[in-house]
Amino acid sequence: MSFDKIRDPRKIRHQIGDMECDYIYTAGVAGERFYIALRDEEKLLATRCEKCNITFMPPRLYCDNCFTELASFMEVPSKGVIESYTITYFDRDGQALPEPEILAFVKIDKTDGGLIHRIGEIKPESLKIGSKVTAVFEAKKERKGALTDIKYFKPA
Amino acid sequence: MSKDMKELPGTPVSGKELKSDKIITFEWRPNAKYAWSAGIAYGRYLDELKEGRIIGRRCSRCKRIIVPPRMFCEQCFVATDEWVYCKDTGTVNTFSLSYLDADANRIKEPILVAVIDIDGASPGVGILHLLGNVDPKKIDVGMKVKAVWKPPEEREGAVTDILYWEPMED
Amino acid sequence: MNIRKRVAVIGAGITLYRRRLKESGKELSFYAANMALESAGMSRNEIDSVVMGTAPDAFDGIHMKSENLLDGAGATQKPYTHVYVGGGTGVFAPIGGWWHIASGMHDTCLVVCEEKMSPCFPHPQTAFRSIWDPIISRPLNPNLVWIFALEMHRYMKVHGIPKEHIAQVAVKNKGNALDHPSAQLAAKITVDDVLNSEIMVYPVNRLDISPPSDGAAALILASEDVARKYTDAPVWLDGVGWSLDSAYWTNRDLYFPQYVAKAAKMAYKMAKINDPPQEVSFAEPYDPFTYKELHHMEGLLLAEKGQAPKLTVEGVTARDGDLPICPSGGLLGVGNPIAAAGLMKCCEAFWQLRDEAGKRQVPKAETGVCQAWGDLMQVGTVCVFKRDS
Ligand SMILES: [Zn+2]
Ligand SMILES: [Zn+2]
Repeated sequence: MSFDKIRDPRKIRHQIGDMECDYIYTAGVAGERFYIALRDEEKLLATRCEKCNITFMPPRLYCDNCFTELASFMEVPSKGVIESYTITYFDRDGQALPEPEILAFVKIDKTDGGLIHRIGEIKPESLKIGSKVTAVFEAKKERKGALTDIKYFKPA
Repeated sequence: MSKDMKELPGTPVSGKELKSDKIITFEWRPNAKYAWSAGIAYGRYLDELKEGRIIGRRCSRCKRIIVPPRMFCEQCFVATDEWVYCKDTGTVNTFSLSYLDADANRIKEPILVAVIDIDGASPGVGILHLLGNVDPKKIDVGMKVKAVWKPPEEREGAVTDILYWEPMED
Repeated sequence: MNIRKRVAVIGAGITLYRRRLKESGKELSFYAANMALESAGMSRNEIDSVVMGTAPDAFDGIHMKSENLLDGAGATQKPYTHVYVGGGTGVFAPIGGWWHIASGMHDTCLVVCEEKMSPCFPHPQTAFRSIWDPIISRPLNPNLVWIFALEMHRYMKVHGIPKEHIAQVAVKNKGNALDHPSAQLAAKITVDDVLNSEIMVYPVNRLDISPPSDGAAALILASEDVARKYTDAPVWLDGVGWSLDSAYWTNRDLYFPQYVAKAAKMAYKMAKINDPPQEVSFAEPYDPFTYKELHHMEGLLLAEKGQAPKLTVEGVTARDGDLPICPSGGLLGVGNPIAAAGLMKCCEAFWQLRDEAGKRQVPKAETGVCQAWGDLMQVGTVCVFKRDS
């Protein structure tokens, strides 16, 4: 029996349901240090493995190369370089966005990692891989301890 | 191990702390919706329930009549080959009284849950369903029960077209 | 059977088990894996492959969570495998490691199990809603405890077992857990405490149930020749077995777990055990519920059908009895971060067979059996561990 032509599963004998769970995730030990510094001090924190010469951004509790615990956190500049970017015209349900959004991987200065974030205060046609950008923070009272405490990165 | 294991890693967090701003948390609701198609065997099973009948499948290799029906016999691993109507009566194989709802919330009146071996199917072949119209204290393994159906106009082709199973008159 | 290499366990690690831990799943995995490496005197670059075991992704709420956990499990840029058989996973993960080494493919394998059940709201039970068949079971709004209650009741009815005998398991395991440093629900309780605790789903009372937990555990496996380079006291994983029954659980008699018996026979044959009650010195059967320990002792052929409760009441299964069962404290006492709970049992066997179990030490421990169970009453996973002689 073929149901190839049926695109809507509700047209055949079916049962409707969903997965009703809600989730509350903790940020973890390293994540918590990172987000609290972001929220309370407008600072980016990294962890560093001296042995492997890697500075982790976002910070991790362990070096996944030599597998040692990384106990000390260091402040790094809240700026970096666009390593790659994309321009998105639709939201995740396929609806057109009122304004296209620029999303970039920003390699953070003095680290070996970076953050995926929005780029603002620039026209898409002026974007360049390799451009220097700096973080624009939300007003202190708006900050919640999340990556969105940085509104976006703007050209430096 | 014992001497090293006085201080184990891990930082306990209480429910109260979780809601404070000392602990950074992120919330998420998946919000995925599904429409599961019943398939061939369950499709017919549900169609028959809508008509107030219980149907099973027979495997001509092992001679079992199985409910809920499937198009294959998982023991012989051959296709089952015949539809067989069963009765809407049966025997309580095991039961429990649930004081928890599906989210583990406490409830006052227990849900009466049972595995009911279906008359007309092979011995020990049962379904998961509910008991009703019975004093929980009087339920026992081996008790004969009969399906109580929804009125025909309210049936929708679902296992809930049987409201529950109640004790049979002696 | 063509087993190319004998498989040893040479290290073990574990975190605290608690209702909620602040650490992320990766961080918990790291702590357990790192402790296991340290106990073996190894570094990550001496590990050939990594096996991760986790139960449903719906608890952590991270879809494809094993990929998320990978770096915390020490698997960055290594052959990495995720194994999963529901609640049976914790004892299945070392079996997954065993395949790598017994086949001759790798010489060392790090086995990690992690579970974080705390993110799921309103209760981890909610995640279990979606394991039911969506057509024939979910419309009835079932709770997972239903199937345990139904199975327990069938087991009690067939053998005429009084609830007091089953309650004894909670008393024993929560008591044993007083000596386990990870333990979440260690306590000195009485049979009456169990019987008088809230009825959740009759005949299951609150103290018959293990708690939801966060935690991680890890084991290091190595081939025989490589193991000897790291330790004078390897523990041998000499038998593995697993079996799954059909999902049509309402079509079989729940009083006896056939699939556990099949898995046990497979593992005993491999480990050359002919008379399990005589040759096994202690066992860690899966005990998410009190009756499960008894049901599984019978499935493991350590007791005649219907006789496990009697052995428990007579003290045979106490830590100083003839056949200690769950000397760790089990899931009822130590906690139940699902996959990590199963692997905790294998960690216990390792420590027992190296005389490293401290106050939990079982006298004359030579052979230990660990077992886990899961899915819709379908899975039996069994490992047989032996002391080096
Ligand atoms: Zn490093
Ligand atoms: Zn057949």
